[in-house]
Amino acid sequence: MTADRKDRLLIGLGIAAAILIGRLFVIQIIDTSYKIDASNNSMVYQTIYPTRGIIHDRNGKILVGNKITYDLIVTPKEVGEFDTLALCRVLGISEEFLREKMEDYYRNRRKIGYRSVVMLKQLSPETYLKFAEVAYRFPGFRGQERSVREYPFNAGGNLLGYVSEVDQKYIDRHKGEYTAGDYAGMTGIEAAREKELRGEKGYAIFLRNSHNKIESRYRNGEMDKEAIPGNDITATIDADLQKYGQMLMQNKVGSLVAIEPSTGEILTLVSSPGIDVDVLADFGSHYSDILNDPYKPMFNRAVQAPYPPGSVFKLVNGLIGMQEGVLTPETEYPCHMGYYFGNSRLGCHAHRSPLDLEESIMMSCNAYYCYVFRSILENGKYASIGEALDKWDEYVRSFGFGRKLGSDFPAELGGTIPDAAYYDKVYGDGAWKATTVISLSIGQGEIGCTPLHLANLCSTIANRGYYYIPHIIKDSGNVTIDSKYREKQFTLVDTSYFPVVVEGMYRAVNSGYGSGGTATVAAVKGLDICGKTGTAQNPRGDDNSVFICFAPKDNPKIAVAAYVEHGSFGARWAAPIASLLVEKYLSGEISSSRKYLETRVLEGNLMDKVKPE
Amino acid sequence: MGFWNKGLIRNVDWWLVACYIVLIFIGWMNIYASIHSSGTESIFDLTGRSGKQFIWMGASIVSAILILTVINPRIYDSISLPVYLLTIVLLVAVIFLGTEVKGSRSWFEFGPIRFQPAEISKISTSLLIATVMSQFGFKMNRARDFLTVAAAILVPMLIIIAQSETGSALVYVGFIFVLYREGLSGWLIFLIGMFIALFILTLTASPYAAVMVLAIVASFCNSSYTGAMKRWWTAYLPAFAVLGGLPFLLDHIASVTGGEESFAGRTEPLYILLAACAAVIPFLLFRAYRKRKPFTLLAAGSFIAGVILVFSTEFIFENVLQDHQRQRIEVLLGMKEDPSGVGYNVNQSMIAIGSGGLAGKGFLHGTQTTYGFVPEQSTDFIFCTVGEEWGFLGAASVILIYVFLIGRIIVQSEKSTESFTRIYGYCVASCIFMHLFINIGMTMGIMPVIGIPLPFVSYGGSSLLAFTVLLFIFIALKANDRHNFR
Repeated sequence: MTADRKDRLLIGLGIAAAILIGRLFVIQIIDTSYKIDASNNSMVYQTIYPTRGIIHDRNGKILVGNKITYDLIVTPKEVGEFDTLALCRVLGISEEFLREKMEDYYRNRRKIGYRSVVMLKQLSPETYLKFAEVAYRFPGFRGQERSVREYPFNAGGNLLGYVSEVDQKYIDRHKGEYTAGDYAGMTGIEAAREKELRGEKGYAIFLRNSHNKIESRYRNGEMDKEAIPGNDITATIDADLQKYGQMLMQNKVGSLVAIEPSTGEILTLVSSPGIDVDVLADFGSHYSDILNDPYKPMFNRAVQAPYPPGSVFKLVNGLIGMQEGVLTPETEYPCHMGYYFGNSRLGCHAHRSPLDLEESIMMSCNAYYCYVFRSILENGKYASIGEALDKWDEYVRSFGFGRKLGSDFPAELGGTIPDAAYYDKVYGDGAWKATTVISLSIGQGEIGCTPLHLANLCSTIANRGYYYIPHIIKDSGNVTIDSKYREKQFTLVDTSYFPVVVEGMYRAVNSGYGSGGTATVAAVKGLDICGKTGTAQNPRGDDNSVFICFAPKDNPKIAVAAYVEHGSFGARWAAPIASLLVEKYLSGEISSSRKYLETRVLEGNLMDKVKPE
Repeated sequence: MGFWNKGLIRNVDWWLVACYIVLIFIGWMNIYASIHSSGTESIFDLTGRSGKQFIWMGASIVSAILILTVINPRIYDSISLPVYLLTIVLLVAVIFLGTEVKGSRSWFEFGPIRFQPAEISKISTSLLIATVMSQFGFKMNRARDFLTVAAAILVPMLIIIAQSETGSALVYVGFIFVLYREGLSGWLIFLIGMFIALFILTLTASPYAAVMVLAIVASFCNSSYTGAMKRWWTAYLPAFAVLGGLPFLLDHIASVTGGEESFAGRTEPLYILLAACAAVIPFLLFRAYRKRKPFTLLAAGSFIAGVILVFSTEFIFENVLQDHQRQRIEVLLGMKEDPSGVGYNVNQSMIAIGSGGLAGKGFLHGTQTTYGFVPEQSTDFIFCTVGEEWGFLGAASVILIYVFLIGRIIVQSEKSTESFTRIYGYCVASCIFMHLFINIGMTMGIMPVIGIPLPFVSYGGSSLLAFTVLLFIFIALKANDRHNFR
């Protein structure tokens, strides 16, 4: 019994050995997949980053270009003894910084292993060259080329947007498209056109030997993949005009938008205060400053701020009145310092009375539009005021108000236009009448629209009844824009009603001082500017100054909306700013007779009127 | 004491000594190979692990010579109990006084020297087993004797489990081979193996399959032992065939008669199977009782114990095992795929071994182990370096050297005239075998990741020294054999 137990145990030992050797045979001889994995282990993929596409302005000027910088890469395992002082001197960093970094790498040595980590980002070529000369003294340190954004032209900070390194959230949101260390456009055009701009990463494969030294290129680089540069993009922006617009808006809070009416291309889009391009280039280090700025420079007022339009909106009500048949160009209404209903009064300024439609636009009469709006709502065609208001709402929306226009600009907001259901909710079903909502007649009350909406309204009137969806990217090279930007968008108001409104706007500007025209300050000889002022109440302080205008009167080339918070009357700040922009665009320079106006605008500072939130 | 044995040179088993020398040098070279990329210049560089190992090798060889020449082997029998008790004290003390390393308190630290009482415990337990079992009149089948040996094994084992070193404790399971050699019923080993298989089967397949296999094995053993094979073929096998098809049948009926909600869809096949067993077993037991067949009682008892195990498997798995142990088992059984988590080590280790091919990449030319892809590469995963740099030929040779060593110990033990030497020899063989199989099995993904060293080869002073003492006590005992007839 005992003897054969010994044999059984020996046989068991033999079987166990056979299992081990058999397994060894399988993974070393039969199964080749482990060898393939092993070669992957010993190949080093070095990422080649593509250069990002360049953004041009409409005239071919470079708005956003690229420049070469260098990242300093460290492979902690390869770092030996080195002269820390010399390295700090060359790189211009403090000794504490270097010591902290090296201690950090030592603490995480297991996690880092044989990998390389980025120690310094975006060294200038000058610094890098200094380092490269002495690099042999610092084993384990090397530079990696990287192209970053450069802005030759200080224009369009907000609309260009910034590029920064992707964080984990961004990587998760775009499954499989990004890895840590990649850069991506985060706002503005950079974000909207990320797919075209980013290009495609490539890689170079190297082999390392058993000492973890890079030995050679894998198959002489035939398996490497070249990086494909991003596509260039042409913006509709006019760089010079944009820059001039930003100068006009400096030290004021508000927005300035210019559109080419015949195409819908946005020529200028200023949100003030905005982001300087110097900040864009190195967004990361300014990030907290920007977040804490009480004036919110990241907030793009031109497409995101819902403002009351003020008297500018009278144009829309006039057009709707004509279309609805309750108003003709010859209709006259009286005005004695306002419109009286019940015990209330909606005030107006001093002007002659009565006025017809053209004159009402020219002199911006409040009472006139109370009559007009009331006749729109109290129209026998409709069963109720509610139904009439819904019809009015429909007209207003056809101008693009109360909804996103559908521009290619990211983060555009729609604003608000009230309908009957809204007032039913506020006052109770049917418990409101025309006079309850009378302030809508002069663009006050529950209306919110962005400066882009106002510019689009101006463009619509300039075109006598239609607009193109405003957009910021043009066709160029490999980039084509959506065909919707080439389609005319008609409003529900017949094009035949527009000329009389245009005439009124012409007279508002060009009737000469003392005539009662509200915007004579905007007149420029020979440019035939047509405009409409607005003064919108601002519960936080002084009124907002609003002005829209286009020029020339026939075949308009530019339509502008200016909105200056706390700028008081439209003629005070918005009209000079918008007209200067028009003059700059059409004439190329400001005439000597208007230099005083330019100086006043450039030197004007309204910042202390604004209470930061 | 001096040279107590004049015939030392003649009587020492030089084959074992040769195996030992070869293995420690293989270990030394591979430790150097696994660390040489991290800046260690020479294999003797004392700041590197290969240099330190060299010192330990020297210390071990000196210890081996002392054991062979100075210490009289006669004393082992008499000091085994005090040594054992002292070790137990150390094992308990380390839980409270030890330094925490990787989540377990099992190391004593004295300046630069660290040692694990668990290493000494292997030696002291082996000695005590030998002492107890070599006593005159010891009978394995007598309950008191069996329980004494079982306690000698289980006490240190349980303390080591309490230190969260379940891996090291697993080695003690190997002593069951010693007990087997000395007369323990083979059925016990079979039973333990069966229960481990059931545990795995329940986790990987289903409780139904586990109970099914259990029933087949239990009835087959019972029938073959009691000589009723004919009935097994004619009655049991068809019944099992029907029961085996039951889940598929129920599935089919459920899909025909209207899905999950129908009677067939809601019936668990497992309960039908258990009902059938419950109906048959009392009948069998009654007949066994009438015909005086104790084995049937045993088989039925084992079956019921097995069923209980199957039902408690989930509980054991979720509540008794620690997180990392559960994960390791899950990865090993292929229940979870995670090449970067727990399975990372094993995956990298298999890549390293696999990339060695037939002849290997050559000494110091491995790429996988030297980059740090394989963690613990000079300690627990040293076999990766062997596999990668020396290939199939080298790695298989290393395994064969171990097999020769273990086989030689067994053969020499059998030849010994003294039962103390024989039993101690079997203990040594079992220890080395368990370490070998678990460690190498782990690097090739057929054992869960259990951090125990490869004897004589892995880096680590206390482990090398302990195995040296373990082996050379046997060599000394054996060399002294013929001159000490009782």
